Amino acid sequence: MPIQPFVDGFLVTLQLCVLAAIGALVLGALIAALRVSPIAPLRAVGTAYVTVFRNIPLTVVIFFAAFGLPELGMTHADFLKIPVLSEILTQLKMDVPFFRFAVIALVTYTAAFVCEAFRAGINAVSPGQAEAARSLGLTFTQNLRFVVFPQAWKYAIVPLGSVIIAMLKNSALAGALGGVSGDLFGTVDTLISSSTVESAATTLEAFIGVSIGYLIMTVPLGLFLDRVEKKRAMAR
Amino acid sequence: MNSVLYDAPGPRARRISVIASIASVVLIGLGLYYLVYRPLEANDQLTMERWGLLIDPSHPQFSGVWSLLLEGWLNTFAAAGLSIVLSIAAGIGIALLRAQLRGQKGRRFTDRAAGPSVLLRWTTGGGTGISRVWVEFFRGLPVVVTIFLVYKVFADFGLLFEDEMWYLVIGLTLYNSVVIGEILRSGMDGLPHGQREAASSLGLSVGQSIRMVQLPQALRIMLPALISQIVVIFKDTSLGTIVSFNEALRTSRNIIEAAGSSGIPTPTIPMYTITGVMYILICYALSKLAVYTERRMSRSGLPTPPTVMTQLDTGDAIGGAYAVRIDGEVDTDVPASARSRSSGTP
Repeated sequence: MPIQPFVDGFLVTLQLCVLAAIGALVLGALIAALRVSPIAPLRAVGTAYVTVFRNIPLTVVIFFAAFGLPELGMTHADFLKIPVLSEILTQLKMDVPFFRFAVIALVTYTAAFVCEAFRAGINAVSPGQAEAARSLGLTFTQNLRFVVFPQAWKYAIVPLGSVIIAMLKNSALAGALGGVSGDLFGTVDTLISSSTVESAATTLEAFIGVSIGYLIMTVPLGLFLDRVEKKRAMAR
Repeated sequence: MNSVLYDAPGPRARRISVIASIASVVLIGLGLYYLVYRPLEANDQLTMERWGLLIDPSHPQFSGVWSLLLEGWLNTFAAAGLSIVLSIAAGIGIALLRAQLRGQKGRRFTDRAAGPSVLLRWTTGGGTGISRVWVEFFRGLPVVVTIFLVYKVFADFGLLFEDEMWYLVIGLTLYNSVVIGEILRSGMDGLPHGQREAASSLGLSVGQSIRMVQLPQALRIMLPALISQIVVIFKDTSLGTIVSFNEALRTSRNIIEAAGSSGIPTPTIPMYTITGVMYILICYALSKLAVYTERRMSRSGLPTPPTVMTQLDTGDAIGGAYAVRIDGEVDTDVPASARSRSSGTP
């Protein structure tokens, strides 16, 4: 059984995840900022976003992106033609619509969890820190910038890492539902169905290949996070 | 948290914040109008032709669509209920097994004859290794892949079901039992050492100590995390689409396709909207239950989970991170570290 399809699929999944991770981190940080801001309507928007996307299955989000957006005439997700991004996509030969829909769905969905991870970090900083900063006369932004954030990011690393691991695994859904994207899980279908009888992979072979692909990404990351967590627990 | 980050606003700050609030409401309204309403309107998505079969009782398809949807949701509930029960049962089994093996680790079993003692040591070592690999393997795989394992790989080896639901249920159970097992194990790890020591000083065996002392406490402490995992399982039932099980989402898709083939404007957005809204309502209610039990428990003086947020809390499923620790406004005024320190006081 040729190994090339798995390698190709692995690389597509990796690209999908790196792009989605960057997008989710940016959007998630933005929403976290909304959620702690002093302006009530902005807080409400942040909370609404998180509530909606944490309680909706990713499958539904992907369906919305892949079938709903084309209904609105965005068959190619053209609004994602951000100058640098489209160049990267063309460079990667990933300029297919479904890849974009997958990125959109993963980013919007994961951002809610990234936001909660950031917020967990902020909440983990002892309130005395922020109170001391306030008593020194620091403003809201100074407080966040010089006192809370430098401590919060340490607490946020482990939850953020778990969110990214979850996203890696979630990206398999894109392949499962679309199949067009040619990601790691998407290779299964092509392997089993389309090849000639002699070269066709059995389902077991395909399963083992795909599993190894995902485990290569998730297990080391998970072990690394365990170590970070243990170190922190000891330091405390 | 918010009150900690900034002072109570004075007259000037209050003025600024009122102005900023009004400005942001206007901006949000404009954003919704131009980014949501306008594209919908421009593409005829808000017409009665598309929404009618959902909201207009006089529409010829109205009752048919809703009875199909009801059937889909009943299927979803059935699959979710079965997966939840099986996952919890198997998860408790995994947690019991792993705790038992860990309790036996390093023991020489000198009270037995030479043969059985060597055998016991070997099974302990082997069992520890196998269960560890099992857990790491299924925890690291996407749920889609475990469902594929059951639906295609097991099926190729002759494990076939009349009802597609079982592919989904077994696939979900394979993944979630491992996650629940890990939740319970970390709950037992978080107990004070005194619990285990007291149990063994009373003459309880390792198994008795786990069954009668550690597991019941772990179940109570980890209840919020367990409920979050239940929400994750519920969300994951939408994967039934892949195994062509007619749960809520697939039913919606079938209705859309039926409408498309019969030539009426496809109700894509209305159907997925109603499905999404239903999921949001149910999962939101469940997660509120998690927050409520957590609040009750922190009042009852039971020890709360040891860490602020472990990897487990994120569920990792397609539900992704569903952390109780960071849910709602519970954590906002008292950080978890402070709470676990104050545990024991009523």
